[in-house]
Amino acid sequence: MKYRHIKKWILLAAIILSGIVSHFSGGINSYYLQIIIFIGINITLAVGLNLINGYTGQFSLGHAGFMAIGAYVAAYLSTEHSAGLFRALGGPNFFSITLLFISVLIAGGLAAAAAGLIVGVPSLRLKGDYLAIVTLGFGEIIRVVIQNTDAVGGPRGYSGIANYTTLFWTYSVAAITIYVVVSLIDSTYGRGFLTVRDDEVASEAVGISTTRYKVTAFVLGAFFAGVAGGLYAHSTTYINPSGFDFQRSIEIVVMVILGGMGSTAGVAFAAILLTLLLEYLRFVSGYQWLPEIIRRIAANRVIIYSLVLIALMLLRPQGLFGRLPRRGIPIGGATKRAKLPALSA
Amino acid sequence: MLELSNLAVNYGSIIALHDVSLKVEKGAIVTLIGANGAGKSTTLRTVSGLLKARHGNIRYEGEEIGNLPPHRIVERGISQVPEGRMIFANLTVRENLLMGAYLRKDRHKLSAEFDFVFEIFPRLKERSRQVAGTLSGGEQQMLAISRALMSRPRCLMLDEPSLGIAPILTKTIFEKIVEINQSLGITILLVEQNANLALEISHYGYVLETGRILLHDRSSALRANERVKSAYLGGR
Repeated sequence: MKYRHIKKWILLAAIILSGIVSHFSGGINSYYLQIIIFIGINITLAVGLNLINGYTGQFSLGHAGFMAIGAYVAAYLSTEHSAGLFRALGGPNFFSITLLFISVLIAGGLAAAAAGLIVGVPSLRLKGDYLAIVTLGFGEIIRVVIQNTDAVGGPRGYSGIANYTTLFWTYSVAAITIYVVVSLIDSTYGRGFLTVRDDEVASEAVGISTTRYKVTAFVLGAFFAGVAGGLYAHSTTYINPSGFDFQRSIEIVVMVILGGMGSTAGVAFAAILLTLLLEYLRFVSGYQWLPEIIRRIAANRVIIYSLVLIALMLLRPQGLFGRLPRRGIPIGGATKRAKLPALSA
Repeated sequence: MLELSNLAVNYGSIIALHDVSLKVEKGAIVTLIGANGAGKSTTLRTVSGLLKARHGNIRYEGEEIGNLPPHRIVERGISQVPEGRMIFANLTVRENLLMGAYLRKDRHKLSAEFDFVFEIFPRLKERSRQVAGTLSGGEQQMLAISRALMSRPRCLMLDEPSLGIAPILTKTIFEKIVEINQSLGITILLVEQNANLALEISHYGYVLETGRILLHDRSSALRANERVKSAYLGGR
């Protein structure tokens, strides 16, 4: 199909473009560069979570936990176990660093995916709010375990991570994530995710194993979160368990809801918007001419999330881009679209 | 073709089926009638693997299928049209049908199936690009039946196809059920509250009451039966 080829070329173009921009990014103010990288990481996280929460209709509140696993595994491997690789390849040169970075990112992703499998399987018996509580608890368990693991610094955090993350890596990963999710949902196999969300009984009745789809969604979403975590660790060079708390998970969920559950473009857009908004609020909270109360609200992310969500529910319950919770192009092109029933999960 | 023996099913501590034995002959239309809560839908859901029996056997073409997961049962040629027209509301009509053929290995050559269901339900062809949630109730039922046919089943189980549909459409749908049975030779197990209609089109009938088979006979005989008449057919 032609459409499929176009997607591949767009992916390739996105990767090349991020390489070129990355090459000339030396002149960018390092604060702005950091924010641009965070945006890319958040796109990866949100698009991955959208596969679970948006397309498959499950409700995960533990995405920061998967991210933490990826971050710590990647950081630990690249910091403690890079010496052998560097020795074998003649020191830390372009080639050896690239190889190392790719390997630790994938290792972090795989570790997170394994955790996704572990939380995905027992969660299959749970729906809606109950699933949300379990995943929330799971994310917290991961954080607490890390907090009590001395090998990675416990509550002090883990420092001395090499700064490998560049614009190129961040946006290549974001582009690949978008590509994988979009291609998946557009395939006959991937439509199974949508049918699981629409109606589980009917899915089973036509022979779709809902179990397999739910677990696949969790594993894939967790994998991308793990890779994003690896990028994050190698960008900030210091990670600490409290950076992966409940609030971080909420942040990603808000991106998904804001963008429109089941709209990859919307979710990516919301990731950009929310990341910028939260950074801007840092300045707002510093403006002395503003009343004290507004500065305090601006400094408190949880209040902002709540306000954003309340406003969204009142004004545009389907999300910014969500005409209805499905991907853009149906087979053969749709002529009409269903109105989204109340947003229940 | 399909044989249930001494089937018992619980929902937690509530017993839905006490002891159900029934037989569906190849090529027949067999109907299961009974009041609300008699266990009709439970029986179908157990056959399709959505529920697990506490004890008893389900044999299909001589093999035990009681312990198989739902997708394995579909693979063997038993397809269910779930109660309440559970279509995929956010997919188009065409995509719904494609998903019906989800287990088919030859997904790329489904034109014969599409032709067939579009011939039975021409309305669906007109609406093939429409999102299924925007169809009328009757059209959704047609879609649910068509979707079940896409897997090329040998046995089709229909759960309350008349539920919430205009009487005139109900009649059409029942005619189509007969057509599917006759032109494709698909065996049909029909669960229905509208006992009159169900016994009219079926060959054999079972009357279910509070989880037990009360009586069973040829449909024509059941329609003449005084007990059935007074309890289910509104006669005196």
